[in-house]
Amino acid sequence: MTRVEITGIGLHPFGRFDGTSVTEMGVVAVRHALADAGIGRGGFQAAFCGAVYAGVAAGHKVLDSMGMTGMPIVDVEAGCASGGAALMLAAGAIRAGQYDTVLVYGVEKMPKGIIRSSFFEPWREQAGLAATPAYFALRAQRLMRESGVTKHHLASVVVKNRRNGVNNPDAMFRKDVTAADVLASRVVCEPLHLWMLCSPNEGAAAVVLRKGSGGGVELAAAALRSHLPGSVLGEATPMSGLATDDITPPTSLAARAAYEEAGVGPDELDVVECQDTDAARELLSYEELGLCNPGDAAKLVETGATEMTGRLPVNPSGGLLSKGEPLGASALGQVVELTRQLRGDAGPRQVEGARLALSHTVGRGANACVTIIRR
Amino acid sequence: MTTVVRDGLFTVGDSPHLVGGRCGDCGRHHFPLLGTCPYCSSDQITRAELSRRGTLWGWTAVTAPPPGYLGDVPFGFGVVELPEGLRVITRLSHPVEHFTFGMPMHLRIVALHTDENGDDVLTYEFTPEAYDRKIVPTGEAGGGRA
Ligand SMILES: [Zn+2]
Repeated sequence: MTRVEITGIGLHPFGRFDGTSVTEMGVVAVRHALADAGIGRGGFQAAFCGAVYAGVAAGHKVLDSMGMTGMPIVDVEAGCASGGAALMLAAGAIRAGQYDTVLVYGVEKMPKGIIRSSFFEPWREQAGLAATPAYFALRAQRLMRESGVTKHHLASVVVKNRRNGVNNPDAMFRKDVTAADVLASRVVCEPLHLWMLCSPNEGAAAVVLRKGSGGGVELAAAALRSHLPGSVLGEATPMSGLATDDITPPTSLAARAAYEEAGVGPDELDVVECQDTDAARELLSYEELGLCNPGDAAKLVETGATEMTGRLPVNPSGGLLSKGEPLGASALGQVVELTRQLRGDAGPRQVEGARLALSHTVGRGANACVTIIRR
Repeated sequence: MTTVVRDGLFTVGDSPHLVGGRCGDCGRHHFPLLGTCPYCSSDQITRAELSRRGTLWGWTAVTAPPPGYLGDVPFGFGVVELPEGLRVITRLSHPVEHFTFGMPMHLRIVALHTDENGDDVLTYEFTPEAYDRKIVPTGEAGGGRA
């Protein structure tokens, strides 16, 4: 199969940037990625842009403002997995021989305050049944019941990610926190406290993919999967589900596809960036990605394996809990982080000798993407 | 007067029911009622009034008004498992502090808030069997539209 390489990466920091448009943030990320890849105008034949709240032709506006139009520019929306979906489409087009070099980017400027999502029908909002953190809380409660997870495990995930975020200049929150701080923050929906939830925000990320010649960082897999019906607490957020617990979640479907495509297993990974929309989601991701056996998430976190000093650091960037979550950009932000890790360019948060890395996002739809990169 | 948060979601009166569908091909139930089975894609769906009683499968309390919600906070929110093999997302009675996994629950119809016409907007919730059965007087709810 055609080898696809990541030859350029770029980022606009994640945070809140009043007075900076989503287009301007996209330009910053794209400019850095193109410079990193050593290409300019005319150096890529197609562009795929992940965007959720940025409006019509968001990706087009970024390249238009840089005088880089003419090629196909396609916006891709798949909730939190938008950037991963864009990456999958770009890699597929290169493997199919359609293009040699493709620009993939993601942009987002999430509304402030309470976010109305067109995902929910108005009656459901009116009935109070569009309470996103409440769904997260129900999922956390089940995980606590089934995997022996306690509030202290949840707090320890926040402590880990926030500590990692201290070393990431592109993160929104860069202050160390203690478990006591986390548990002292207000309860949003029991068992989740405010600091266990990530903040929607703004940012952009970009990656240049090229038909490879054998060097650099390889995009070994980019898999996107949607949910199977019947899981009442799945990210599809249905009004009902089946009374069964053996419905494979979309994250596991995407992970299996990605492991197969890359020809590797979870035990071979050196570093992971995973969806930590809330602290329980990270622990659930451990199980769904096969980083531990089902029911063992609490044990994995207790061993310290996913700390920077552990055998498999998870979210060295600080995760969404430190960076915040700009939906269209978050998946590619992970890929930028992991490419830095594999290049040995991650500075004080470098995972020594990292050669195989996995990124994961999951969200509305439900869509889950898993990418695997290696050097 | 009263109205309902969405037509066709539940029946009102002394023994209210959620209105779902049963698939003639795979036999599974779903809620709310759809024209196509969400599990096997069949269009052989018949309307089904679901059991008024179930067991508690998950719960939390919503402490801040979610987007588009005009009622009071805090309110209970969770999942009740029905004998038809269905887990339903539902509002729950509040407080939730003494709830336990598997506790018997029953359906009731409650007022969410008052709309611009001065009508009470009704929705469904589950409350523990052991609790006081306080059902909002209905009868003319939604003019029979529910
Ligand atoms: Zn069916």
